[in-house]
Amino acid sequence: MLERSEEIPNHKGIWVFTEQIDGKLKNVGLELLGAGRKIADKLGEELVAVLLGHDVNGLVKDLGAYGADKVILVEHELLKQFTVDAYTKVLAELSIKHKPSVFFIGGTLNGRELAPRLAARLNTGITSDCVDFDINSDGHLIHVKPFGKLMAKIICKTRPQMATAKPNVFKKLEPNWDRRAKIVREEVKINPEDIRTKILGRVEANKNPYGSIEDADVIVAVGKGLCSKENLKLIQELADLLGASVACTRPTVDRGWLPSSQQVGQSGKTVSPKLYIAIGISGAMYHTVGMKNSDIIIAINKDPKAPIFQIATYGVVGDLFKILPLLIDRLKKEVKEVKLRITAKDTQKRIN
Amino acid sequence: MSKAGLKIIVCIKQVPAVQDIKIDPITHTLIRESMPSMLNPWDEIGVEEGIRLREKYGGEVTVITMGPMQAKEAILRCLAMGADRGIIISDKALAGSDTIATAYALYMQIKKMEYDLIICGKISTDSETGHIGPHLAELLNIPQICYVKKVDLDIEKRRIIAHKEADGGIEIVEAPLPALMTTTIGLNEPRLPTLKGIISSKRKEVKVVTAKDLGGSLSNYGLRGSPTFVDEVFEPPSRKPEMIFQGDPKEAVEKIVQVLLNKKLISSRS
Ligand SMILES: Cc1cc2nc3c(=O)[nH]c(=O)nc-3n(C[C@H](O)[C@H](O)[C@H](O)COP(=O)(O)OP(=O)(O)OC[C@H]3O[C@@H](n4cnc5c(N)ncnc54)[C@H](O)[C@@H]3O)c2cc1C
Ligand SMILES: Nc1ncnc2c1ncn2[C@@H]1O[C@H](COP(=O)(O)O)[C@@H](O)[C@H]1O
Repeated sequence: MLERSEEIPNHKGIWVFTEQIDGKLKNVGLELLGAGRKIADKLGEELVAVLLGHDVNGLVKDLGAYGADKVILVEHELLKQFTVDAYTKVLAELSIKHKPSVFFIGGTLNGRELAPRLAARLNTGITSDCVDFDINSDGHLIHVKPFGKLMAKIICKTRPQMATAKPNVFKKLEPNWDRRAKIVREEVKINPEDIRTKILGRVEANKNPYGSIEDADVIVAVGKGLCSKENLKLIQELADLLGASVACTRPTVDRGWLPSSQQVGQSGKTVSPKLYIAIGISGAMYHTVGMKNSDIIIAINKDPKAPIFQIATYGVVGDLFKILPLLIDRLKKEVKEVKLRITAKDTQKRIN
Repeated sequence: MSKAGLKIIVCIKQVPAVQDIKIDPITHTLIRESMPSMLNPWDEIGVEEGIRLREKYGGEVTVITMGPMQAKEAILRCLAMGADRGIIISDKALAGSDTIATAYALYMQIKKMEYDLIICGKISTDSETGHIGPHLAELLNIPQICYVKKVDLDIEKRRIIAHKEADGGIEIVEAPLPALMTTTIGLNEPRLPTLKGIISSKRKEVKVVTAKDLGGSLSNYGLRGSPTFVDEVFEPPSRKPEMIFQGDPKEAVEKIVQVLLNKKLISSRS
């Protein structure tokens, strides 16, 4: 087992593993570059994106635009597809060689398999699902994460200080295409025998009829207040009118009303749409940690004491079965009007 | 694989059955004693899968947990479901362990045992890190397959073949045994313990292991052996509502539509 590294001054640099799949960067890596940029500036250290793959050097300019000072690039046939064995090996060797102080990994499914394995290989601490970072007076990273109904600040005594974050928790920087990151190419030996867990094939996922919630601008979310699966029709109709994806709380998943891919919260996904309409949702902390960063939250709940009203931007106390049919009717009319108004404006613009 | 058939180890954890978890004001760790608890649901699935594989290929299922002695209840439930024996690693010196220190203690015990397959849950409902499986696989230097939805073994070739969740679909993967896998909801429907199971569980062995039994330096365990610690806990800041409307549904709907219009949120996409 590797000796634990507590020689803090020897470790420098904020690293972000910027995962790509089929040559496309995962958003969460870019979001963590945004979070890392602040920490790097505070510490006066370099922000480094670590990019693994095959034929992926075209992505380097994106990483620069989104904030990286430097990109460590490792290209190899055997890194084309993510495998936990090959990726752990390469990242561990890079980390032992360059000694970063912080190592962020996005909480995709791959990231959540990789990060804890890598932490154990480096014999260092790791904090999952962070929602904020800061630096304390000793220069340690403060990892902020939900802890029961409270929030916790976690400190890591060893280096690198590893952390994961779910997608949509941190914000990407505005890309600046004039910024260029320095490229450092690294050679790492990988043999086919290093990869013990082999991928034999893939079964493509069916298209999700409820819409992907990670990147939706508008989300209609539903809780146990819906009472039965049949009533989903109402929700779906509202979502269709608003061009929204459908999300839900955990009890609705437990009851089989909606698939777990739509669950928002501590054990589900984190979302930050422009609009989140919470319908029949009580607003338990375990749910709200996953959606409280939405720009606007509208809550509909018949219980005026429901905690969801403490975080809603607009709250409506009332029975969803009375409100939704009226809202749907009203929107059907309104959406048509809005459509007309927009078309009229567009025509005017063209004339001007 | 020994003559006795497959050796399966399932790592299980007892978790609070309530949401109002209590936090020790001084150590900032969970207070687990005297709390209503249950078997972590993902671990229940792990135990079920272990039993099914044993029923198919023969062998033995050992469940193992690290926690306060109260966690023996969770072990007994697994034995009542049909697991063969249990191990509880319990010692004051282990209190305050983070995931690295927990995995280390499990590793120190498991490395002394024979095993073909180790099963962990995808996550536990109280810490929700999902770290332990990959940590443990790494310490034991064996392959890992996380988020398994379907699994089978090729006994002759000593391999595990699994369908696992991946970003954008399901992957079919294969690894040599011994290996570690983590469960997802849907892998199986765990059985309920039968009365016969409950009675026979009382005769099954539950071994208690202390930190000294694990061996190695005590400074590797518990809070001291943990690279991370909770420095502070605080109330999350709340967000103040701009408007709460209580009254006639028709008026409520008007208010909502006004908000959508003002914020230019009604899309013209319908
Ligand atoms: C470790 C752990 C992790 C968890 N992770 C998650 C998670 O990721 N996501 C998650 O959502 N939960 C999670 N939970 C569960 C969470 O604590 C809550 O139990 C859950 O969010 C409540 O869901 P709900 O709001 O749908 O149901 P309820 O709390 O039952 O609320 C239903 C609401 O509907 C309202 N209602 C009923 N009828 C009507 C009507 N006709 N019109 C209007 N309103 C009505 C009621 O007033 C009530 O407020 C987790 C719990 C634990 C312990
Ligand atoms: N104290 C423990 N004792 C035994 N197994 C554990 C313990 N903590 C976690 N595990 C295993 O690791 C899985 C993931 O838990 P966690 O990393 O806590 O989210 C659980 O489902 C268990 O299989």
